[in-house]
Order: sequence, then C-alpha cells, then structure tokens
Amino acid sequence: MSQRIDIQKTYKLFIGGKFPRTESGRYIKWMDKKESMVVNICRGSRKDFRNAMVSARGAVSGWSTRTAYNRAQILYRIGEMLEGRREQFMAELILQGLTIKQAKNEIDQSIDRLIYYAGWADKFQQVFSRVNPVSLPYFNFTIPESTGVVAAIAPDDSSLLGLVSIIAPVIAGGNSIVILASESFPLCSISFAEVLQTSDVPGGVVNILTGYRKELLEHFSSHMDVNAIIYCGDNTDDQKLVETNAALNVKHVILFPNQDWSKDQHESPYHILKCQETKTTWHPIGV
Amino acid sequence: MTQKIKWDYSPAPEGTDHILLKDKYDLFINGEFIPGKDGKYFDTINPATEKKIAKVAEAGKTDVDKAVRSARKAYENTWSKMPAKERGKYIFRIARLLQERAREFSVIETLDGGKPIRESRDVDIPLAAAHFFYHAGWADKLEYAFPGRSAKSLGVVGQIIPWNFPLLMAAWKIAPALATGNTVVLKPAETTPLTAMKLAEIIQEADLPPGVVNIVTGAGETGKQLVNHGDINKIAFTGSTDVGKYIMKSVAGSGKKYTLELGGKAANIIFEDAAIDQAVEGIVNSIFFNQGHVCCAGSRLYVQEGVADEVISKLRKRMDSLIVGDPLDKNTDIGAINSKMQLDKIKEYVKLGTDEGGTIFQPSCSLPKKGYWFAPTIFTDVSQSNRIVQEEIFGPVLAIQTFRTVDEVINKANNSPYGLSSGVWTDKGSKIFKVTQDIRAGVIWANTFNKFDPASPFGGYKESGVGSEGGIEGLSGYVNLV
Repeated sequence: MSQRIDIQKTYKLFIGGKFPRTESGRYIKWMDKKESMVVNICRGSRKDFRNAMVSARGAVSGWSTRTAYNRAQILYRIGEMLEGRREQFMAELILQGLTIKQAKNEIDQSIDRLIYYAGWADKFQQVFSRVNPVSLPYFNFTIPESTGVVAAIAPDDSSLLGLVSIIAPVIAGGNSIVILASESFPLCSISFAEVLQTSDVPGGVVNILTGYRKELLEHFSSHMDVNAIIYCGDNTDDQKLVETNAALNVKHVILFPNQDWSKDQHESPYHILKCQETKTTWHPIGV
Repeated sequence: MTQKIKWDYSPAPEGTDHILLKDKYDLFINGEFIPGKDGKYFDTINPATEKKIAKVAEAGKTDVDKAVRSARKAYENTWSKMPAKERGKYIFRIARLLQERAREFSVIETLDGGKPIRESRDVDIPLAAAHFFYHAGWADKLEYAFPGRSAKSLGVVGQIIPWNFPLLMAAWKIAPALATGNTVVLKPAETTPLTAMKLAEIIQEADLPPGVVNIVTGAGETGKQLVNHGDINKIAFTGSTDVGKYIMKSVAGSGKKYTLELGGKAANIIFEDAAIDQAVEGIVNSIFFNQGHVCCAGSRLYVQEGVADEVISKLRKRMDSLIVGDPLDKNTDIGAINSKMQLDKIKEYVKLGTDEGGTIFQPSCSLPKKGYWFAPTIFTDVSQSNRIVQEEIFGPVLAIQTFRTVDEVINKANNSPYGLSSGVWTDKGSKIFKVTQDIRAGVIWANTFNKFDPASPFGGYKESGVGSEGGIEGLSGYVNLV
C-alpha cells in the first residue's frame, strides 16, 4: 500500500468574508526555522487593500446598527470557534517557533480576550454615555459611536494574540477593520480568518491581508476612506509616515509600540473608545 | 388697498464709556505684560468702522520660546504640585471675575470682532464664564470622570484659537487645560486679540501663579512657532481644516498630542411634519447667527419637497426683517464681517454660486458705507456637486436643496468630507432618533440649532476634527489615562 500524500493548505487573503488569492499573483515564500515546511503566502497589493476597503465600508452600516447584544454574541462565538480549533493553532504556532507551553498560553489568552471584549460590546456604550446637565431647556445626551473603517498594521511578533487584541475592541465597538497580518508569522493570522468565517461575523467586518509592511503601509495610511489607523511597532519612520498621511483626511491615529500582549492592560474598555466618535444630541423639552 | 407701513427701530446703541482699553497691548508672559523682542506691533481694527482700536504686540520665535519656558517652569514648580482643590479655586475665581466684568467684555468683543452686542452679551461672554465655572469644579474630581483609570496632566499645552468666538474659544481651551493640571500658551486670532488680553488682566487679578497661562498675540507665523516648539506636549486648535491638516503633519513623529476642531458644512434638515414657523426661525439662527462665522453653521439646508415653497417664501419674508448694521446696536441681528479678507472670500463664493447656476436671494437692506458688510444670502437651484454646497464659506450664505425621502436626505447630509454638526426639524420623535442616529456628525440639534453649553461635548467626525471639547470627553483630551 502506498503512503498517503498530505493535502497542504493554501494560505490566501480574507476579504469580504471570502478567501481570494492576491489579485497581483505575487507570493512570499515563508518557511519555518527548521525549514521543514515551506508555504507560499500571498503578497497582498494596493489593489487588494482597496478591495478590502470597499468590503469594509460596505459592512460598517450593517455591523454598527446591529444590536449590541448580537455583536456581543458574535464575539463570543469567535471565542468558541477558536477554542474548537486549538489543535490547528497549536501546530501553526509551534511551526512559527513557539514552545508548546507558549503556544498554549497564546491560544488561551486569545480566547479569553475575545470573551472579555464580547462582554464589553453591550456595555461600553452604557458606561461611557452621559446625560449632560445643560443650562437650557434641552435634554442633552452624549454617546460613543463607531468611527467607521479602521485600517490596522498588526503586531509583528504576536501573530495570534496581538492580532486578536487589535481586532476585538475595534469590532466590539461596531467598526469594520482591514488588518495587515504579521509579516514574520503570517500563518495563524490567516487561519484566524477561518475562525471568523465560521462565527457569523458578517463578510467585510474583518478583512485580513498578508504582505510586506513596507509596501502596504503607505496605502493603509493614505487611503481617503479610512477613519482610523492603528500601527503596531517601534519603527519611528513608519510612525511618522502614518501620522503624516493621517493628515490627508484627518484620520485618528493609534500607535502601539512593541509590547507584551499578554498583559492585563490590553483588556480595557478604553481600547474600544480609541475607535469611537462622540455624538451629542440636543432635544428640546417643552409642550 | 392697504398701505404697507414700515416700522423702523430707533437706534439703541450700547454705551462704550464704561470700558477700559489701552492703546497698546503687549504679550502676557509669566504673569506680566512685556513687549515682544523685535518690538513689532500690528493693529486691531473695528470691522464695523475700519478704525484702529489698539496696537498689539506680534510674538516672534524668541517670544514664543519665552512663553513656553515660562509655562514649563510654572508646570514643574507650581501648577502640577498644587493640590487639585486649590487649582480649582483659581479657576472659579476667573469665572467670577469674568461674570462681574461681563458687560465690558461684551462691548469689547463686539468692537473688535463685529458681532452683534446681543450675541456677545447673551452668548459669548456668559458662556465663557460658564466654561471656567464648570471646569473649575472638575479639578479635584477627575477620578470620577475616568473610571478604572487615573488621569495625569500632559504638561505644557499650546492653544490656537479663531476669531469667530474670541473669548469663548479662549475659555473652551484654557478652562479644561487648567482644571486637568496643565499650563498654557494661548495664541488668539490676529483680528480679535483684545478680549484675550483683557482675560490676561483678569488672570492677573485672580492671582494665578505666573506662567500658568501665557498669551502670545500674532498671526499664522506665531502659531507656527507654537506648533513646532519642541517643548510643547499638546496642541489644541480650532480653525480651518487646512490648518488642522498642516498641524497634523507638523507634529507627526514628535509625540505631541493634539485635538482639532475644524471646519464644517452642516446639513439642516426640515421635514414636512415640522413646525414650519419655528423651523424658519431655526434656519435664520443656524446660518445667520454670528454672520455665519460659525464652524457648525447650518450652511446646507435640506427641505422636504412638500413644504419647500412654503419654507423658502417664509424664509425670504423673515430675511426682509433682519437688521444688518451697527453691531453695538441692541436691535442688530447681523453685524459686521470680521475682516476684509473674510469679506472677499464670501464675495468670491457668492459669485461662484451664481456662476454655477444658483438662484440668489438677498433682502433689500441698506448696508453702512464704512466697514465690512454682507447681506444675508440664500441660494436655491443648487445641487450636491456645487462648490457652495461642498465647501465651507464661513459667512451668511445658505445653499438650499430639496429631498423626498428620509434615506435620500441622510445620504445627502452624509455626503461631505465634514461631520461637525447637523439639525433635524420634525414633530415626530421616532424620526428624530432615526435621523440623528444615522447622521455622521458630532453635534446634532433636534428642533433647534447652534446651542452650546460647557457640559455638552462639541467635536466633529471625519475632516471636522479629532477629539471633543466640553463635558467629560473634553477633559479626556488634556490627560493621559494610566
């Protein structure tokens, strides 16, 4: 009997709830340290990003107007799905260089982080809304409201927990996101898209690209339909580029230096507020 | 046939004999009035008469640096060390002194900026005082503003304010900055520096420690020096979107924080079921308040088709009765345009509106010979792609369009790079909530317009800015949460 040949996975992009290859047809060779496995990762292009932006913009209004309860349940569902696929992620994280213990921790914490933000999705608005005692006969109230489409450059060194820590507060707050996965460790970022796809997350709410930071950063930061840009990393030239390009259409800029994503500080409703606008409504009181 | 009787109002000018103005104003640095190093001065004029009121020092690079150093020293040695409760008491003092001298400040605001005395007296000055009073109380209560976090002051804040609400903008900027423990270098607009300098006198009277508030007068160049100074922790700016973008680029990579209150092109939406007479009054208030020099002015009017003819004809009639003229007269509705430059810009846009095919209407009011004036103006027969519909004019010019359905008007309202404010007029509560939810703007007035309060956050979406001012959200722009 002949030995069975494995079916290897093709790593693709995640745009609009679908898994297309890059339109550019380009690829990046990725191999693990032992060079026991070689994978072709899509080298995402400007056009891929623009396609993802169209999907993300299209998804915003539906996602932001779902009930908070529903968004909370979908975030919880992402956690459930990740729990169910532990083994796949263990294998990929180990392939990417983590020890068994580190990989287990990374998965545990990623799931817990999703559950944490699932719990905030239907509460942050309550905690951060106010009725303002104005000195005129008006009922005046302020609520946080999603900013819209967020473009993000994910942490390079933490391909699952870092990615989840950026995505969860953004979508808990009713935004959609286009995120560039870790360049060094892209495998489980794309596999995370499979989790999202089976979690009732509407297509386009989360879009994940792979490719070179250097090539895509300019486009992520200069696109005129992006409302907020998140940049994770210590490269000061990159940070300056992001802040300079943000001026083109007055994007919000959120910078995260390299850090330990397992720390408690990454669980906070204030992270949700970073991609929220403030809306105040005046309503007259009278007969 | 009935004869049309024209009732004229007798002049009712506010007196100016009780105000104290000097011929010359120096910079306010480290608690003292000192001349600029280069000894340069510029004139500030009354836009209603074109007469010079006073000359004002122009701060250069050395002066701005001196002001920032003085603010840094005050931050390190005094202000950040002072118990928050005491800090608050100083700010309360400023509020009280401002209330006591409200009439004097109103008159000076009107002389220097051209706005009707009715507005400076009833809106600008009382609200400025209210801002100091509201924020004073926050100084020792910040732990209640940010649950789960501790609020730390930023350090030295550079603040640049516009000419449309000179004292009020100074109060919006200074009060929250001080309450949260920061020190300030403020640059007022070059056409309206006087009430800021009078505020400096109050700050002296209040015995605020030297250097906590510094005021440097000058034009764009002075502002640039402040934005680019290496020892500023944050820039707070109110003004045009172009300058806001310049500031974002300038501070990129510097680690400076910023909040920006930028331009707007607010949609004011009138539904068929609105109380029409109230709505017409609301339109007047939304676009002619302060000569339309308001970033949140309702400069795009959308009227539902069924009532369009009625609304426009009533609006024209109402415009015929607006009194344009002497800003010091208590009957005046529309005062002087703030500067020659702004007047030229408004004229250019109005010409453009006509060239693009819009139908213009202006009431037949007589404008004074001297000074800068522009009659209230509305355009009909315009469309979304017209420049007077897209771009901020910052004058008493309204572009009117019609719509049929709720979805259509929401689309049109949101089809703008701006997102500062909006107005909705309808008698149906559920419709108000639907429309205010779908409009992408930071401040939305239902059945009213242009209302402000220190407790009410004010700030824009999209290209209208970053961050809010007023309320708890306004405080958050002046602290690091740790």
